[in-house]
Amino acid sequence: MVAIRYETPRSVSEAVRLMAADPGARVLAGGTDLLVQFRTGVRQPSAFVDIKRIPELMSIAIDAHGLRLGAATPAAVIGEHAELRRLWPGLAESVRLIGSTQIQGRGSVGGNLCNASPAADTTCALIVNRAECVIAGPNGERTVPVEAFSIAPGRTVLQPGELLVAIRVPRPAARTSDAYLRLIPRTEMDIAVAGAAASVTLDAAGLCTTARVAIGAVAPTALRVPAAEQALVGSRLDEASLKRAADAASAAARPIDDKRGTTAYRRTVAGVLTRRAAAIAAARAREQGSHP
Amino acid sequence: MSKLHIETTINREPAEFLCEPHETVLSALRNGLGLTGTKEGCATGDCGACSILLDGRLVPACLVLAPEAQGRTITTIEGLSRGDALHPLQQKFLEHAALQCGICTPGFIVAAKALLDATPEPSEEETRYWLAGNLCRCTGYDKIVRAVLDAASEMKGSAA
Ligand SMILES: Cc1cc2nc3c(=O)[nH]c(=O)nc-3n(C[C@H](O)[C@H](O)[C@H](O)COP(=O)(O)OP(=O)(O)OC[C@H]3O[C@@H](n4cnc5c(N)ncnc54)[C@H](O)[C@@H]3O)c2cc1C
Ligand code: FES
Ligand code: FES
Repeated sequence: MVAIRYETPRSVSEAVRLMAADPGARVLAGGTDLLVQFRTGVRQPSAFVDIKRIPELMSIAIDAHGLRLGAATPAAVIGEHAELRRLWPGLAESVRLIGSTQIQGRGSVGGNLCNASPAADTTCALIVNRAECVIAGPNGERTVPVEAFSIAPGRTVLQPGELLVAIRVPRPAARTSDAYLRLIPRTEMDIAVAGAAASVTLDAAGLCTTARVAIGAVAPTALRVPAAEQALVGSRLDEASLKRAADAASAAARPIDDKRGTTAYRRTVAGVLTRRAAAIAAARAREQGSHP
Repeated sequence: MSKLHIETTINREPAEFLCEPHETVLSALRNGLGLTGTKEGCATGDCGACSILLDGRLVPACLVLAPEAQGRTITTIEGLSRGDALHPLQQKFLEHAALQCGICTPGFIVAAKALLDATPEPSEEETRYWLAGNLCRCTGYDKIVRAVLDAASEMKGSAA
């Protein structure tokens, strides 16, 4: 076996240089996907480029514009951030669902996105919050919306030499909130059969002015569901409009049949979770309206 | 193949070891340093037998590369007792018979220590969720949870 290198760049530019110089190198964040794939022989990188000693990749900053989440920040650190949990409860929920306490001590949102599993738990919650990926590469920096970041299972828009530096999430408008739900056969430590996230904004009278809906684990990549969003906008998020959103999500789902669930079951569950996530997001947004 | 020389702190003592770049901390602890208290169950992050604290944070040692330990602080099961005095969690595991074959025990105790460091008075539900990544094939978990909750109340009593 050829020697595998272990690198610890101290800056984004050094990491980009290392990645660009060696096409076989892989970024190592928490390693909870990568080291499992390495152990099981799925991946044989020529180098592990450990990005956790780059301070900006390990930080959480919230200001008037919103959140800048360092790509390699461990889930446990995110889950402990009170302000993040208050502003984006659904996003925080999705992060806190990843694996176990131990996995959360390592696994990151950047790793969750770059591994590009269709069932990755953070993707839907990021999409409904209009999150963007900040990508650094040999030609400088670019941003890509999270909904366009994964292009197929295990594949992203990242080009050779590029790495995900941060995830940016705009600050929610007034009376806006989000929620994420997934279905797993057990109470924890499992992969989603289906997942759904919603974010809604209400006006002072309680009418929904904007909505975003995304579903996961029911297509090769997480899907935004514009038809479900349209069903919610203009409504009071009453049972009838929630039901229309659920039907739209079920119709948009293109699930596979496997041991976790049949196509028909996943389709139904995607709708049920969409309805429930939208109802939770609405309740949270109303709650904010009552304590401005 | 040239090995890496790593300097770190393990159980409050400076430590150094040689490792391959792709070796895990679990392997370095067990094979390089002879600290075999940390167990390997699955080697893929699923079972929690390899739980350690890395800079105070609970992590699976099977998914941490050995060179990542450079300049960090590691706590393993061997670091919990003080001399001959068992940590209250260790004592309570014995009293409650919270182990049978024992392979999961170091992982449970290290994970429980991380819980009590963060949340000195956890509820039963918090305890069960926190320990959900630790698998035990013998005990049925109930005695483990009782032992952790009992250790928490004893530690609270002695801190007061
Ligand atoms: C026991 C167990 C349970 C799990 N449960 C869940 C779960 O419930 N839900 C879920 O969604 N996932 C789960 N996972 C999968 C995994 O923990 C998550 O996907 C996690 O978020 C991965 O993050 P990481 O930092 O560990 O990524 P790593 O393993 O470090 O990286 C993953 C991939 O992305 C690349 N990469 C990482 N960061 C970057 C970057 N900044 N730029 C470019 N490329 C990058 C790596 O090269 C690698 O290919 C589980 C894994 C295990 C082992
Ligand atoms: S050996 Fe590390 S989690 Fe099982
Ligand atoms: S005591 Fe045997 S696995 Fe837990």
